[in-house]
Parts: sequence; structure tokens; C-alpha cells
Amino acid sequence: MDFDFTDEQRLLRDSVSKLFANRYADFEKRKAYAKQPEGFDRAIWAEYAEAGLLALPFDEAHGGFGGGPVETMIIMEEIGKAAALEPYMPNAVFAGAILRHGASAAVKDAIIPHLIAGEAMIAVAHTERHSRYDLNDVTTTARRDGDDFVIEGDKTVVIGGDSADHLIVSARISGGTRDRDGIGLFLIDAKSAGVSRRGYAMQDALHGAEISLANVRVPASHQVGDLAVLERAADEAIAAICAEAVGAMEALIAMTVDYMKTRKQFGVAISAFQALQHRAVDMYVALEQARSMAIFAALSAADSDAKTRGEAMAMAKSAVGKAAKFVGQQSVQLHGGIGVTMEYKAGHLFKRLTMIDLQFGDADYHLRRLAA
Amino acid sequence: MELSFSAEEIAFRDEIRAFIRDNLPRDVQQRMIEGREIGKQDIVDWQAKLNAKGWATPHWPKAWGGQDWSPVQEFILIDELQSAPAPQPLAFNVSMVGPVIATFGNDEQKKKFLPGTASLDIWWCQGFSEPGAGSDLAGLKTTARREGDHYIINGQKTWTTLAQYADWIFVLARTDTQAAKKQQGISFILVDMKTPGITVRPIQLIDGGHEVNEVWFDEVKVPAENLVGEENKGWDYAKFLLGNERTSIARVGVSKQRLRRVRELAAKERAGAGSLMDAPWFREKIANVEIDLKALEITQLRVLAEARKSGKHGAPDPKSSVLKIKGSEIQQATTELLMEVVGPLAMPYQRSTDAEDEGNNTPIGPDDAAYAAPTYFNWRKISIYGGSNEIQRNIIAKAILGF
Repeated sequence: MDFDFTDEQRLLRDSVSKLFANRYADFEKRKAYAKQPEGFDRAIWAEYAEAGLLALPFDEAHGGFGGGPVETMIIMEEIGKAAALEPYMPNAVFAGAILRHGASAAVKDAIIPHLIAGEAMIAVAHTERHSRYDLNDVTTTARRDGDDFVIEGDKTVVIGGDSADHLIVSARISGGTRDRDGIGLFLIDAKSAGVSRRGYAMQDALHGAEISLANVRVPASHQVGDLAVLERAADEAIAAICAEAVGAMEALIAMTVDYMKTRKQFGVAISAFQALQHRAVDMYVALEQARSMAIFAALSAADSDAKTRGEAMAMAKSAVGKAAKFVGQQSVQLHGGIGVTMEYKAGHLFKRLTMIDLQFGDADYHLRRLAA
Repeated sequence: MELSFSAEEIAFRDEIRAFIRDNLPRDVQQRMIEGREIGKQDIVDWQAKLNAKGWATPHWPKAWGGQDWSPVQEFILIDELQSAPAPQPLAFNVSMVGPVIATFGNDEQKKKFLPGTASLDIWWCQGFSEPGAGSDLAGLKTTARREGDHYIINGQKTWTTLAQYADWIFVLARTDTQAAKKQQGISFILVDMKTPGITVRPIQLIDGGHEVNEVWFDEVKVPAENLVGEENKGWDYAKFLLGNERTSIARVGVSKQRLRRVRELAAKERAGAGSLMDAPWFREKIANVEIDLKALEITQLRVLAEARKSGKHGAPDPKSSVLKIKGSEIQQATTELLMEVVGPLAMPYQRSTDAEDEGNNTPIGPDDAAYAAPTYFNWRKISIYGGSNEIQRNIIAKAILGF
């Protein structure tokens, strides 16, 4: 048992923390980044590449650093604190995991160096109008035609989808809408004939896209996995956003506590009121419990046993989702009106935490998954 | 004991339902169902219709357009408007400044303001909260300095709802800066929004909408005749006004309508093999909120019945703080259910109709999904305004613990 970071991990945390301090300490700057067409600043993405963050999860054979879920946790926690806008999870973590676990050596060689260099971006298109959080609920079809597959269907809320050069699309090769068998993942060029997309800002200012696939042709060699690979990658993504939520909660509680110490009503700082002190304490309790679960998720994310790994993620995502809602709502309440304004960071952290709960299944979804 | 309405009350309810059905524009109703904003003119037109019927201000004195209704009748009207859903008469007019003028104003003021306040020819906004005076409202710093026949107002108000629409603002300002207690020395003054020196600055909320503002006063010259009641007695009038706000904030009908909407959408939403409404776990969640809401409705009726018995209409009762606490919590719970129905499709950002930032003009995905998250975000304010839920707990604590 050891909860300490290694020296390398501490260095990583410090360098990431410095990157975000430079770029995000001034909240006005975040507003400017968010107004860019893709919802983030490409120059900052280049800094991710320079700092090696985009290389981190990939094998050394492909120019990566062979980092694991603990390194990802460190990065995501800092992203959460800064309320950073760059699509690190959709790219390096989620799509990266699919490529690591499902792509052929040839496909890996062809794409990973570009991702690591920050020259190319990627997103996973799996959610559909009626799939909710079920990764196996797929109506998009993949029809075999000679050496190719032909993909047909609509994907919704593809996170990071508007800036992506490549898309990994889940599609049904065979079986009924909710069958666990017969699902393939296909790597396609986002500019392929038949791909149309509409990008947009999401509630938390990160960007997503609606993507339509009309007779999109992809070589069979570009299949990069099946449902098992998608679920494994989603589990790694869950561990990552649990860490992000912990970072966001930590920042939000720090802001709330600062506010309580400076905001005066009835002649005293509102931190003098015991009812409010205890509320802040409950938020702290929720944060520390959530942090433990984010660590549990990170230490379970590399488990190759799908059942053990899945149960850990369900526990973590449920606990973190519940904590995030409590901390988010109470931070707003303790701030009063200022907490629901666009100009102030707290409201944005609250929105981000709310959206994290809606990714890969909310707290109750994972509770049911665990209890089933 | 009898829980059901009398035959007369049921007939009255049916009359209201028929009136709403025959007079409320469908597009206004649809926008309200979807949680979208409705325009100023729609609100004005609807209140004019209600007022022509005598239904905008039933609780006012009869001489000024009141109806001599029982509290239960008043409840039925509000409940039907909320359940329809239809816009309610503007609270700043009919529940706040109107009763203050009718009770504490002079005849000139009543004649000048009450008819337009009832019909919404005059749109009022509330100049109470300040950056340093929220829960501690009596800590306000805006001043009104007497100079001859005028007051000169200086200061800043904030969280001023729909000030961008307002013709007039009712302001709490300090007329005696030397008063022994901060509650003393405050006056209640009516100010024309067109007066030079007033600046309205929008505050954008996290749902992207513009409904609140900062209102700045820089040497704003107001005729002394616009003082309501006595100078330095404004705090008493404000307390009278805020008591009315607490009881109207339970909004049982709003939650009923919202739950109906949740059920409708959940029945249409496929979740796994069946609809979301087929899922026992989701039905339990709805039922949980419905139980809370039923209790709240009966608590509200009990408060009304007591008020009828004692004749003290809207008198402070710790149970009115129960209405505010539970009413806001239930309303917020319904927005969580709505977001849960929509699930991941709640993520795309929808620009509010008059938001100043750039967003998406046409909905992403189904219309139903568009306003789920913004409504959830926006309604967090309900437990903050109208006396925060913490202040309501203080009121109850004082009443039951007697300190």
C-alpha cells in the first residue's frame, strides 16, 4: 500500500500545474479561449504536446511515454482545477485507449505519432439519440462490402467532435439494437465523403458535435476494436473524469471557503455562522470521499478483468457524481447570486461538474449497474 | 375536516380553466411548457386580460380592484395559472409594490399608480438588494438625500429582475445615515426609470439568459412626493412586502406542471427495451417528489385556512418559511428529473432568446432537451432569492426555539 506519488509523478504534476497557472489563472483568458471557433486555443494544445501530455498514455514504441492511469489522474485533476477547455480526455484518454487496446500495429504507426505531436485530433462517436448511457445500444450500421465497411447512421453529443480530424465510430455489423455482440469500432477520416457534422459549444463551454454518416466507406483494416474495447476505453475515461471532478470540486470548495471568509453580512464574515461552517465541512467530507474513489478508479483502470474493472468504475462514478452534485449545488448556494453568474468562475465549475455527471452514466445509472 | 373544495370552489376553478383555455395564446403556453423565455409583450397582454376580468389583483382592497375573495379562491387562481402553465401577474406589481402603495401610500399615489400597476401599463422592478446587502438587506448603503422638494439618490442595486423592461423601480434608500439601528432611517421611494442618472447593466446568468441587472444611481433627482408612507419607515413596508413574497414562492402549481412534463417526456423517451416511464426506478423518483409536493400543497392549504380563520391575511407564520424551503427544494428536484429524462442530450448549449453571448440559434437534438440543463442551472436561484433558505431556517429557528 502506497498513496505517494513517485518523483516523476510529482514532476509531472508540477509541470502541468505550471502550464495551467500560466494559461488559466486569469479567468478572463478562459472566456477568450472559449470564444474561439473550436472552443479552445490551439496554442495551448501545442503546449500539451510540448509537455509530453499527449504522448503520455502511448507505448514507447509509438513515441509515447507509457504512462498509466495514475499519470492520467494527475493531469485530469489539474484540468479540473483550472476548468481547462482543451479536449484532453476525448483525445488522449478515451480515443487513445481504443487505439492502444484495439488498433492494429499498422494503424497505430499511421496515426499515433500525429496525435502525440498535436498535429491531429480525434474523437469517439458513440452516443446516439436513444442510446442514453448504454454503449451497446447502437443503431448505426456497418455493412461489409468487399474489403471495406460502409457506415450509416447518426451520432450525437460527440465530445471533442468538432475539432477532430479522425473519428472512431461505433457501428453495428450484426445483431439487434441492444445486442452485445456484433459491434465494431471504425477509425474514419472526419473529412471522408458522407461525413457531415455540426459543432457547438456545450453547457460547460467544451465543444461537441452532431455527426451524420451517410454511406461512409472505411477499409476493414481500420476496424479498431469491438464493444469490449469500447467499454475498456470508457472505463479509463471514467477514471479520468472522476479525477477531473475531484480537481473541480477542490477548486470550487477553495473558492467557496475564501468567499465565506470575506463576505460580510450582519456585521461579520459569513464563515462565522455555524450552520454555514457545517455545510462547508460536509462539502469537504464529500470531496475527500470522492478523492478516495478517484484514486480507487485510477488504480483499477488498468485491470484487464472487465468485471472487476467495471465494478470499480461504477462505484467511483456513482460516488463522484453524487459528491459533485452536492458540492456544486452547495457552492452556488453559499455564494448566493454571484454563484449563478457567467462572469464568475464558480458557476462554470458547477456547470462542468454537472456535465461530468452526464458523461458515461450519471450517479444513479452506475448505482443501478452495480446493484444489478 | 374536509380536504376537497366546495362545489362553489370547483365551479370557480372550472371557470378559470375555461378562461385560460380560451384566452391564453398557444405559443406562450408552449414556450412556458418547454421552459423557454416569454417576451415582455406576451406578459403585458396576458396581464391586461386577467386584469380586465378582475383577476390580476384579487387580494387588493376592493376600492382598488380587489375581489374580496377567500384565501382558498386566491390559491385556486394561482394554482390554475401555474398548472396551465400561464404567466402569473407580475409579482413586483401585484404582490409587492401594489399592496404597499394600497396600504401605506397616499391617495394621490394610489390614483397615480395603482390602475397601471394592476394592468401592467407600469412595469415595476425591485430596488432592494445591493452588492453588500443580500441576506442582510438592512445593511443597504444607497442614500436618498433631501434637497428642497426632491430626494437625490446615489448608490447601486443588484439582482434587479427584468429592470430592462421596467418603467418604474421601488427603491429602499437610506434617508437618515445617523439612525441608531440600521433598520431605521430607510425610506421606500418610487423612481421613474427614465430619470437621468440611472444606468442599467445586464448580468448574464449561467443559463446564458439575461433576467437580472445592476441598477446604478448617480445623483438621481426624484420628487419628494414619490416617498411612500413616512420617511425612515421604509423597513416596515419592506417587511410587509417580503412576507407576501414568501408565501407566493411555494409555487405548487409550477411543480405540478413540471412533473406532468417529466412524465410526458419520459413516456416518449426510449431507455433500453422500453420507455423511461416503464422503468420502476424512474417511477419511484417521480413518486418521491410527488409525495413531497402533496405534503406541501396541504401545508399551503393549512396556512391559508389559518389565515382565513384569523383574518390576518399574509401575516408572518413560521410555516410560510416551510413553504419557501420545501417549495424551492421541490421545484429544484423537478428540474433534476427533467435533466435526467434528457440524459446526455442535455449537454449541448442552447442560447437563451435574448442572451448577449454567441451560441447556437437552432436547437441541437430534440426540442425537449434544449432547456433541461439551463432550467436546472437557472432554478438554483430559487433557494437563494426571496430570503435565502438559510434565512428561512433562521426565521423558523427563532419561532420554535424562541431566541
